Amino acid sequence: MSRMLMGTSQVAEPFWKGTEEKILRVQFCKDCGKAHHYPRNFCPHCHGENLEWKDASGEGTIYAITVCHKPGLPTMAASVPYAVALVDLAEGPRMMTNIVGLEDVHTAKVGDKVKVAWEDAGSGKNLPVFEIA
Amino acid sequence: MTYKPSDFRGKVAIVGAIDAVSPTGVLGISERDLEVQMVKGALDNAGLKVSDVDGLFGTGMMMPTMELAEHMGITPRYTDSTMTGGSSFEVHVQHAALAIAAGMCEVAVVYFASTPRARGKGLGDMSAMMGMMDPKNPMPMVEWEVPYGNLMPSGAYSLAASRHMALYGTTSEQLAQIAVSTRDWASKNPNARHQDPITVQDVLDSPMVATPLRRLDCCLVTDGAGAVVLTSAERAKDLKQKPVYVLGAGTAHDHSMMISEMPDICTTPGVISGREAFSMAGVTPNDVDVVETYDSFTITVALALEDLGFCEKGEAGAFVADGRLGPGGALPTNTNGGGLSYTHPGMYGMFLLVEAARQVSGQAADRQVDDVNIAVAHGCGGVLSCTSTLILGTEDAL
Repeated sequence: MSRMLMGTSQVAEPFWKGTEEKILRVQFCKDCGKAHHYPRNFCPHCHGENLEWKDASGEGTIYAITVCHKPGLPTMAASVPYAVALVDLAEGPRMMTNIVGLEDVHTAKVGDKVKVAWEDAGSGKNLPVFEIA
Repeated sequence: MTYKPSDFRGKVAIVGAIDAVSPTGVLGISERDLEVQMVKGALDNAGLKVSDVDGLFGTGMMMPTMELAEHMGITPRYTDSTMTGGSSFEVHVQHAALAIAAGMCEVAVVYFASTPRARGKGLGDMSAMMGMMDPKNPMPMVEWEVPYGNLMPSGAYSLAASRHMALYGTTSEQLAQIAVSTRDWASKNPNARHQDPITVQDVLDSPMVATPLRRLDCCLVTDGAGAVVLTSAERAKDLKQKPVYVLGAGTAHDHSMMISEMPDICTTPGVISGREAFSMAGVTPNDVDVVETYDSFTITVALALEDLGFCEKGEAGAFVADGRLGPGGALPTNTNGGGLSYTHPGMYGMFLLVEAARQVSGQAADRQVDDVNIAVAHGCGGVLSCTSTLILGTEDAL
């Protein structure tokens, strides 16, 4: 699939740096111990500001899933139908992603265990996607 | 002295309502001219004049109420352009009711006009936001959702529908019945974009957009405009229409445009806005005669019915399956034909508000429900993000 990032934020630099090595990182709060995604300089759980990055296991569970029959991005027009999912990472945070590597795109379902995979997003970075574990 | 919401129950009324919608979906009039027509039309409906207006509530680019007030020669002493997407107009009514009750204005107009058909593009074009951003600090949605190509907005609602189906066994047939019942109402509305009745099979046969939602599960893209006028309960008594009292109001949001940030994708902040509105009004869902609720997609209606307490969480599929939302049903819902069949100019909240006011004041023509005493107007903006619930009633409901 053709991948394109439309901007990466300063606060997420450790995340995108990690993708160069195909390492998935999430932000943890040192005060409450909980992880969150997307990255920000503020813990949305306890409202603390004492944050750190940790490598994630790359394991998760499909929370919700749809198959787009029309592209949400012009660059993905050739890829329809494709699966877009919300995945709950083992560490807690939920992220939007694609489920890839499916013979039949409609077979992935809510509750399926998934693991991170990577697609080239240009400039040495990779986009985290997921495949069935 | 501290007030509580119920102190403001019934202190303010909607006294005028109008909308402009064409069965072609196209109005062929500029948004500014439509806004002027709607403000004037709603005031005419109420028996008031432009010179009576001292509170202005609207949405749009930059400083929208200032632009329209300048254009029309209005000098508001209360102004509000709160933007919560499709629920903005219910929020405006909540704010206007408080402002009027506090004496900060006396005649408030809430207005809206949008002509997406004239602009010649749909609502899902994410590229528009790209030009407005700092590449070092992109909007979170651009960085964390857009690269995955989720079709917006339908893909966000499809994610919710997928989980509702997985958790509760909700079926495509059940969701389709919402579109069928809504179309049955639209068949009674000569201004509706689509008036021909449809069947559950028609919905199932329509093209898949984002699984599990099909084209007929999705709202329209049409031009549309509308306005309502509010004033104090005292002044409302002397005007042209039967006053539509604001009995309760509540608003809540728990995320913005990223569906991945929604805490529980099957539970909207309607749980909170509904609880607040019903509590202020001192009524329960059992007391409601007609429901006008945001129907961007069929799943939006299902979640709202659960979150407002018309049925239990997870039971909306079975609840709607007997056609109870349609004409002659036990819970008349979206009686103008809704965003699914009547009109949906990007933000639908104005039209459900106008229809609720018409049903309560007896101006709903061929689709008038008998003996309406209490109506719910429930807006939902963003992607299931910000809900605003109004409980409206007749003098008998006071």
